[in-house]
Amino acid sequence: MSESTVGIRPPTTPKWTPLRILVWVAVAVVGAGAWSVIALARGEEISAAWLIFAALASYAIGYRFYSRFVSYKVLRVDDTRATPAERINNGADFHPTDRRVLYGHHFAAIAGAGPLVGPVLAAQMGYLPGTIWIIIGAIFAGAVQDMVVLFFSMRRNGKSLGQMAREEIGPVGGVAALIAVLAIMVILLAVLAMVVVNALADSPWGAFSLIMTIPIALFMGFYLRYLRPGRVMETSAIGVVLLLAAIAGGGWVAEHAVLSEVFHFTQNELTFGLIIYGFVASVLPVWMLLAPRDYLSTFMKVGVVVLLAVSILVAMPSLRLPAFTDFAFNGQGPVFSGSLFPFVFITIACGALSGFHALVASGTTPKLIEKESQVRMVGYGSMLTESFVAIMALIAACIIDPGVYFAMNMPAGALGDTVQSASAAVTQLGFTVTPETLQTVAQQIEEESVIARTGGAPTFALGAAQIFSTVFGGQAMMAFWYHFAVMFEALFILTTVDAGTRVGRFMLQDTIGNVYKPMRDVSWKPGLWLTSALIVGGWGYFLWAGVNDPLGGINQLFPLFGIANQLLGAVALAVCTTLLIKSGRTKYVWITLIPLAWDVAVTLTASWQKVFSDDPAIGFFAQRAQYVAALEDGQTSLGAAGSVEEMRQVITNTTVDGVLAALFALLVVVILVDACRVWVKALRANGQLPTTEEPYVRSRLWAPSGLIPTKEEREHARQLQATGVGADGSGTVGKD
Amino acid sequence: MPTGSGRAVPEGSGPARLRAAVLRGLREAWQIARGIAGERAYEIYLEHHRRVHPGVPPMGEREFWRRHIDKGDTDPGTRCC
Repeated sequence: MSESTVGIRPPTTPKWTPLRILVWVAVAVVGAGAWSVIALARGEEISAAWLIFAALASYAIGYRFYSRFVSYKVLRVDDTRATPAERINNGADFHPTDRRVLYGHHFAAIAGAGPLVGPVLAAQMGYLPGTIWIIIGAIFAGAVQDMVVLFFSMRRNGKSLGQMAREEIGPVGGVAALIAVLAIMVILLAVLAMVVVNALADSPWGAFSLIMTIPIALFMGFYLRYLRPGRVMETSAIGVVLLLAAIAGGGWVAEHAVLSEVFHFTQNELTFGLIIYGFVASVLPVWMLLAPRDYLSTFMKVGVVVLLAVSILVAMPSLRLPAFTDFAFNGQGPVFSGSLFPFVFITIACGALSGFHALVASGTTPKLIEKESQVRMVGYGSMLTESFVAIMALIAACIIDPGVYFAMNMPAGALGDTVQSASAAVTQLGFTVTPETLQTVAQQIEEESVIARTGGAPTFALGAAQIFSTVFGGQAMMAFWYHFAVMFEALFILTTVDAGTRVGRFMLQDTIGNVYKPMRDVSWKPGLWLTSALIVGGWGYFLWAGVNDPLGGINQLFPLFGIANQLLGAVALAVCTTLLIKSGRTKYVWITLIPLAWDVAVTLTASWQKVFSDDPAIGFFAQRAQYVAALEDGQTSLGAAGSVEEMRQVITNTTVDGVLAALFALLVVVILVDACRVWVKALRANGQLPTTEEPYVRSRLWAPSGLIPTKEEREHARQLQATGVGADGSGTVGKD
Repeated sequence: MPTGSGRAVPEGSGPARLRAAVLRGLREAWQIARGIAGERAYEIYLEHHRRVHPGVPPMGEREFWRRHIDKGDTDPGTRCC
């Protein structure tokens, strides 16, 4: 078989025809125009379409030029080389998968509620900081990280990030990576569960629909196991219909005199409900709850993302929040404290640069990839898509009345209990919202109140409902769409709570298994229950503490989540940088070294401020000292804490949070120092250090590289088909 | 009209060819959706089984799916936020 049968090497560079040049010049002009509008608009409202245009044009240019440079020049992807999917092909976890299917898989695995929450919170500084970071961060850092990790893991038969850190950097880096993953898992689950609690407390409609997802998933699980095994599409379609019925039914429940009381839960009731659910769900067999839930989430995810994009383009809402608010510079923001640098970059992780993705990119995906060049579409492309989801979430937050936005996102303690007190608190910030407006908005979405619905989900849902109802159904459908969007986020989160608890449990079982052998057996029931309980206890504690935090749990915990996620990003980028140096790609090391430097600067500055800042609004220990001093003075209330007990709570929480922030910073430093040691060694050895790359095996398979096959690829496919070798032209999907 | 699948383009008038192309596109999209949902797992297994163990009867569909889903009990995939 000739070399060109399986891979066009070197990649055919598309010729610069006049038409092509014209198209790219047009893309660049549209992008530059859109960027100037969003960056220079002051005082007047601009259309959300400009954000969409700026994003899409930037993604197109980033994908076409930068990702091409990284994959062909830096990584030197080689389509004549067999991927692990082709070499090992065992019909199960390793098998060559159509690139479009894999792109869908990978996207569904990396994107959940994260990109919907961060941008909404960051909107307190205006739309511009978030927009710039989401777009530029994804193009130069996030998508590069995902693609490079995917590439190196693929060259190592799909080794995990932890394994690569241990083998390529050393045991210290490996242990740090393990702690980082466990810590971020616990904080992540707590923060996400808190988003659900805040969205569903005192909301019979939302609580009813979400609780209904449990019987729906159980039904799907039994249906798929006993009635129609393997009919995933059919089962999911039934599930989606039932889900929509549950959302519609919620409206009826909310009106019902008795049922609305039955499904009316306080924050603490929901907290304990979620903790029990998390434990039970994670010890049940996956076919009952997790697997059907996953099918449902994937369906909803893809469906809603497409629906939202289309609706924004049709509705073309205007952004009502300014480009910058004062909080970007004075650090006094009510949603989260601290100034633009570093806190915007901490708050928005998913959607710009998320270390967590590295776990997915070094998990299932590298074992399924068909051709090396497809890392670009799967790794880089999926991340750009997630970035786009984040932009849409930002738009949803920025089109609602700024006064309403702040009334929804400030901690309850700062807003008081009535619409009048909330209106007064928002006015003090320099925004205006009348008590009547707050009442009307709550009535529109058929909720008791919109005050202090923190956590991002209700704000996103309100924005999304405004967009959806412009296109479908008008005002009358506002309440349905609001609860649809809340449900959409809560559904992901419950799935993540279940799956995340399991992932944490396996890591814990593995770790404890090193000292106590029976624990290694992952189906040993006592071990399974114990480790599940430990993980649930971990996030359950932070959830409970956050929900009862007088200063606002999201306000306190979200920065920790961001720091933890970026810490994992630092591990991933350090591994990538090490591998680039070791594999003789030192010349191009800046493609991951610059994002690493940025990520470390952000993480360390944020942790430093969280630990050492004198400003009690930012520094955990300064806050702690303030409350300790007040208690010693015999005061019985301070700020948002209205009793001695609440003041004690603040002291405990700030101590735990402060210690964690310090620990995260320490881990970053440890990993970095350890990685630097290896870099120096590798540079001295002049690229002669051993790496664990699998040896070259010639590929016998052919498939196109990108989403749409090029003219040459189509020609090539036709030739292959005529001679009867290789895959069919479009890839390996259905030979019906 | 060139299409991604590289299959022979049917002879005939413009509208007939267009319809064939649209149908082919839809079929392909359906298969991609099934792939993303994970519905093709049994087909993939059968293909693999035929290639590697020709002559040996493969697992039945019901049993395959049972094992396929139960694998998740001991190996949870990582998902992000």
